[in-house]
Amino acid sequence: MTQPLIVTRDLAKEYRMESYTVAALRGVSLEIGSGEFVAVMGPSGSGKSTCLNILGCLDTPTSGSYIFKGLEVGKLTRRQRALLRRHYLGFVFQGFNLLNRTTALENVELPLIYRRTAASERHMRTRRALEMVGLKGWESHTPGELSGGQQQRVAIARAIVSDPAVLFADEPTGNLDRARGHEIMELLTVLNRDQGITIVMVTHEHNIAAFAKRTVHFLDGLVESDTQNGGAI
Amino acid sequence: MLGNTMLLALRAIRRNVLRSVLTILGIVIGVAAVIIMVTVGGGATVQVQQQIASMGSNLLMVSPGKRLGPGQSSGNIPFKQADAEAIAREISSVAAVAPVSSTSINAIFGNQNWSTQVTGSDNQYFRVTNRSIRSGRQFTDSELRSGAAVCIIGETVRKKLFGGQDSVGEKIRLQKLSCEIIGLLEGKGQSTMGMDQDDIVVLPLSAYHRRIAGNQDVALIQVSVQKGASTDKALQDIERLMRERRHLTPSDDNNFHVMDLKEIANMLTGTTQMLTALLSAVAAVSLLVGGIGIMNIMLVSVTERTREIGIRLAIGALEREVLMQFLVEAVALSSLGGLIGIVLALITSVWLTGLLGVPFVFNAGIVILAFLFSAAVGVIFGYFPAMKAAGLDPIEALRHE
Repeated sequence: MTQPLIVTRDLAKEYRMESYTVAALRGVSLEIGSGEFVAVMGPSGSGKSTCLNILGCLDTPTSGSYIFKGLEVGKLTRRQRALLRRHYLGFVFQGFNLLNRTTALENVELPLIYRRTAASERHMRTRRALEMVGLKGWESHTPGELSGGQQQRVAIARAIVSDPAVLFADEPTGNLDRARGHEIMELLTVLNRDQGITIVMVTHEHNIAAFAKRTVHFLDGLVESDTQNGGAI
Repeated sequence: MLGNTMLLALRAIRRNVLRSVLTILGIVIGVAAVIIMVTVGGGATVQVQQQIASMGSNLLMVSPGKRLGPGQSSGNIPFKQADAEAIAREISSVAAVAPVSSTSINAIFGNQNWSTQVTGSDNQYFRVTNRSIRSGRQFTDSELRSGAAVCIIGETVRKKLFGGQDSVGEKIRLQKLSCEIIGLLEGKGQSTMGMDQDDIVVLPLSAYHRRIAGNQDVALIQVSVQKGASTDKALQDIERLMRERRHLTPSDDNNFHVMDLKEIANMLTGTTQMLTALLSAVAAVSLLVGGIGIMNIMLVSVTERTREIGIRLAIGALEREVLMQFLVEAVALSSLGGLIGIVLALITSVWLTGLLGVPFVFNAGIVILAFLFSAAVGVIFGYFPAMKAAGLDPIEALRHE
């Protein structure tokens, strides 16, 4: 059997303050395979966001190991991690995090510009990604002209335009109403099912987590439970 | 790589047009100020040179006193007409010699009156000063000898006293002298010193002496040296002759002064160039201030765009790429400012030189220099903010409000 896409062993993260140390993660061991759809749950301060940042190669663990695609991420330089994110990872945030006063098209093609994809292919893939999230015809609109749900769709298009190995989503429905949130979750489910994109999503809402195939519960920097959902809707 | 960075930088500039315009305003003004100063100053220098050339480059001015200048004749022994005649007679390299005396007098015609420079001299004066008669005639020998009441006037005097009318044959009054106009001088415009050279009435020297001045003094002898002859040699010869005529012993200093027009030319162009350099230096300071303005805005921009930088870093931008983007933004802004400044400066220079009546002299050197400097300002003052942007932690940056 080949090694899973993501393997962590005793992952720990400490934040040193002036007079005390906060342990955000205290030994997390996880394995996530290609094609999975994992919801990470837990109360505030349970370490789920810290874990997502480390898995997303935005941060490095204090101790323990994180192996992504066979690479020991903790030993990579800042530049190497940036290249890893560029080529294999996609991000969706709670606050959408789109460039303001920039059209949907230009937002979505940003990762391809950093990848130095040729202009013609870049445009083709950008349009295809926007079409995939249901925003065909909205290419030239700026975030200010789009609704919250549409903005999050642009963010998802940006995350998937470069065909990432893993899509990380941090509270993707947190800023949306229930109906919009469900639409976004249906979109993610389709992307996972039809495109085979691995998704790791942090949420604190049970009905959102229910869309995932697997739920990992965090508590006080440790994995409390790890269950298969038996398929989403 | 550069193409992509340019794309990102230009998009970022386009996203905030107003701020970009305000950012480059300092550079625009700085570049424009430097170029305008240098162009107009250069034009003024050229004008001075042209005017001196038009006066005749081989002109010597012999004046009593130690130096030509304001208050020159006070307490000095003036020349006589015989001195001018002696120069013409004894020095072979001389082409023409004109004794000149002048004073300011109200010229009156009918109910018009105009304060002008009344000059006593002879026909040599027109030769020495490179002037020609437009209509009418020169003085005759008998008029010069007898001191007849005739005069030749300049264009400004004609315009002020006669308006559109013809003036030759009319009589004007100078103090108590009623004087017939026999000729009109070709216009010559402003002199190097800023004086109107057409604001002049020329009388025969003897008439001036008898009817206006009441003495036989000659304030200035203008000498033009023959083409091809050495002005330095002529200057030395005249000095020797005048020392002899004024009975100076070898230990005495000259109590007169012979000035080569080239000396005045050098002095004036020197002054103009120094002024130009000084004004340009002041203008260059504003360019520096413009650069600091760019740094200021870029720093604010880094703070304001922290989240954007976080997004870029998160989706895989390298530190170097963020650095380059901000640097290219700064350089693109400052270069654009430079270009706008150049265009603005050229338009203003053309307008201003027209207004001041100096020739427009395009100085490619300063234009290129100003552009390169504005680009350099972008690199220098953009580097620090760009470093700051590139060094941000993506997680912190994304959390930034």
